[in-house]
Amino acid sequence: MENFTPVSGLLGGLLIGLAAAVLLLLNGRISGISGIVGGLVAPRSAEVGWRVVFIAGLLLGALGYMLATGGHFPVGMQASMPILIVAGLLVGFGTRLGSGCTSGHGLCGIARLSKRSIVASAVFFGVAIITVFLTRHVI
Amino acid sequence: MPRLIVALFAGALFGVGLAVSGMTNPAKIIGFLDVAGEWDPTLMFVMGGALLVTIPAFRLILGRPHPLLADGFALPTKTALDGRLLGGAALFGVGWGLSGFCPGPAVVALVTGLLPVFAFVGAMVGGMAIYAWIFEWPRRGGVKTNRRVPKAPALR
Repeated sequence: MENFTPVSGLLGGLLIGLAAAVLLLLNGRISGISGIVGGLVAPRSAEVGWRVVFIAGLLLGALGYMLATGGHFPVGMQASMPILIVAGLLVGFGTRLGSGCTSGHGLCGIARLSKRSIVASAVFFGVAIITVFLTRHVI
Repeated sequence: MPRLIVALFAGALFGVGLAVSGMTNPAKIIGFLDVAGEWDPTLMFVMGGALLVTIPAFRLILGRPHPLLADGFALPTKTALDGRLLGGAALFGVGWGLSGFCPGPAVVALVTGLLPVFAFVGAMVGGMAIYAWIFEWPRRGGVKTNRRVPKAPALR
């Protein structure tokens, strides 16, 4: 457990939760990233504005963090390019089919005690753990 | 306009939170998901920290008649545990386990400028577009695209 970082994890989590609360309190919106991004490639192109602005905010926030910490932004790739592309397709298609991802179901849905979100979160966590087990310890 | 400023602020706060949490690093995600390896429980603290805020805050906020800057809350209305929910969550789980990326952290990690991150996000948006193409585009032949398109019936 040498990579365990509970303090920054908890602090980051609190900030993420605060962001979700701000968006719900003021705009009445759920902070589901797959829904916000996916809404931009859906046929009904309503509400493009706030989606684009929210995504711009995500990038600006991350950029600000990177500048403030002197370029500290570790991204350790865990898969080859072809696998990443397959995974990206699965994540994009799956989150739209399942109506949410780690933020929409995992954070906001569980907070609303939504049965669908609790079940979906259990499924994607479970399947991801099995996938990692199979690809790292079996195959 | 005020709502756009709120969306920018909430997005930025969300992005900083993800960056601080370390969850933009796929190695940390795989470290959590790999329960048979050198297990890294950090993700539990991130989810815990976020839920510590969202569970009480959502309860208070959703008790209000409407949000401060809008007429109503835009909340999911579906309640059924159907095949789409379970199948979609399972496909997402496979992709997440293969890459260590879920949508939020992947978008945020674009700021590193790394090509593999762009490839992942490009494929992810492609997957979303394929979904929209199959399930949301109206049939060819004069259906106006700017009206609300009813969802296709659930798979049986």
